[in-house]
Amino acid sequence: MSKDSLTVEIWRGREEGRFDTFEVPRMASQTVLDIVTYVQRNLDPGLSYRFACRVGVCGSCAMTVNGKPRWTCRTHVDKVADEGTLRIQPLKNMPVIRDLAVDMTEFFEKWTKAKAHFVPTTTRHDDFAQVSPSDPKRKEATAGIECINCGVCYSACDTVAWLGDYLGPAALNRAWTLHNDVRDGGQSDRIKAIAGTGGCQACHSHQSCFELCPKHLNPTASIAGLKRATAKAALKGEI
Amino acid sequence: MTPERAETLEWLMQRVSAMVLAVCVIVHLAVIVIAVQGGVTSKEIVARVGGSVPWLAFYSVFVIAVALHAPTGLRNILREYTSLGRRATHWIMAAVCVLILVMGFRAVVGLYGLGA
Ligand code: HEM
Ligand code: SF4
Ligand code: SF4
Ligand code: FES
Repeated sequence: MSKDSLTVEIWRGREEGRFDTFEVPRMASQTVLDIVTYVQRNLDPGLSYRFACRVGVCGSCAMTVNGKPRWTCRTHVDKVADEGTLRIQPLKNMPVIRDLAVDMTEFFEKWTKAKAHFVPTTTRHDDFAQVSPSDPKRKEATAGIECINCGVCYSACDTVAWLGDYLGPAALNRAWTLHNDVRDGGQSDRIKAIAGTGGCQACHSHQSCFELCPKHLNPTASIAGLKRATAKAALKGEI
Repeated sequence: MTPERAETLEWLMQRVSAMVLAVCVIVHLAVIVIAVQGGVTSKEIVARVGGSVPWLAFYSVFVIAVALHAPTGLRNILREYTSLGRRATHWIMAAVCVLILVMGFRAVVGLYGLGA
């Protein structure tokens, strides 16, 4: 290994597999996705991985980089290859399809299970809803709204690993933004969907999700909000 | 009661009992620190706690708080580390609660009785 190149270990296979080692030339401002793309285009065309936008918008490029989940298109090699090596693996807590591509079906099914979708209460014939940006509920929603569904938090969460039916930080974070959306009509169904076994109470507030979310969202805080909301609903007998 | 409501109330009960425990543990530690000044004997302990209604009340609250707090946490751990379902962990939780109550009150009432 020289200063002009980087030793990269990349996971190959499914749950069972091996690491393949490659030497990749270093470049200025190189991202982890650049490295993977270099390997696929120049060294091993059989390498499977997923990306689309390359600018941190689509949420499809997340992988485990030196043990931690990252959005690879916006992760600079300089920041993560501290020992001069890079070990790239698929995301944890999701079944591996092949190499670095994981099956995100369950991740998204849990969004559906958490009823983390908008339920409209008006039609196109009604006037626009007026929501002030300084409204406290709107502020809560705004704080969590920029999620790109990358699965980094879900992959970082130990509770997801331990408790198979735990809905996970991303789906619960989305449920919290909708909980604070005054236009939404699905409130009582949603509160019920996110309470109980596998729901928001299962979160241990480890904050790995908060630490690693590339959009700097705080799912732990959103889940804490849901815990309070479900507790109120349970006391009132609404769930 | 729906399972969602039951689980949420159990969660709430764990948090509330944790707050009670926080106060109890501080009182408990403070008493230990004060009591061991110049050595402590079983006679001294019985003289202070035995037959005392306020201490009986304090340690009763302590035991009840532990009995409400610990089983919920143990249940969560069992769910994460074993494949036991909701029903099984529910009964284990109830059994641990009863066990803590029996053991705790045996000690609390026993100590009260020594001074009565
Ligand atoms: C000073 C008094 C105590 C306080 C303030 C306290 C506080 C807490 C809190 C806030 C949790 C929730 C953590 C979570 O869900 O992630 C918890 C969990 C737990 N507590 Fe306590 N606790 C106290 C005493 C005890 C005692 C005396 C026991 C056992 C005899 C106990 C056993 C547990 C267990 C097993 C858990 C579950 C751990 C988990 O879910 O991660 N605690 N405690
Ligand atoms: S705070 Fe909750 S959701 Fe976030 S990583 Fe920890 S257990 Fe998972
Ligand atoms: S909350 Fe953050 S880490 Fe989780 S899916 Fe959304 S953007 Fe990714
Ligand atoms: S490729 Fe779209 S977020 Fe990384």
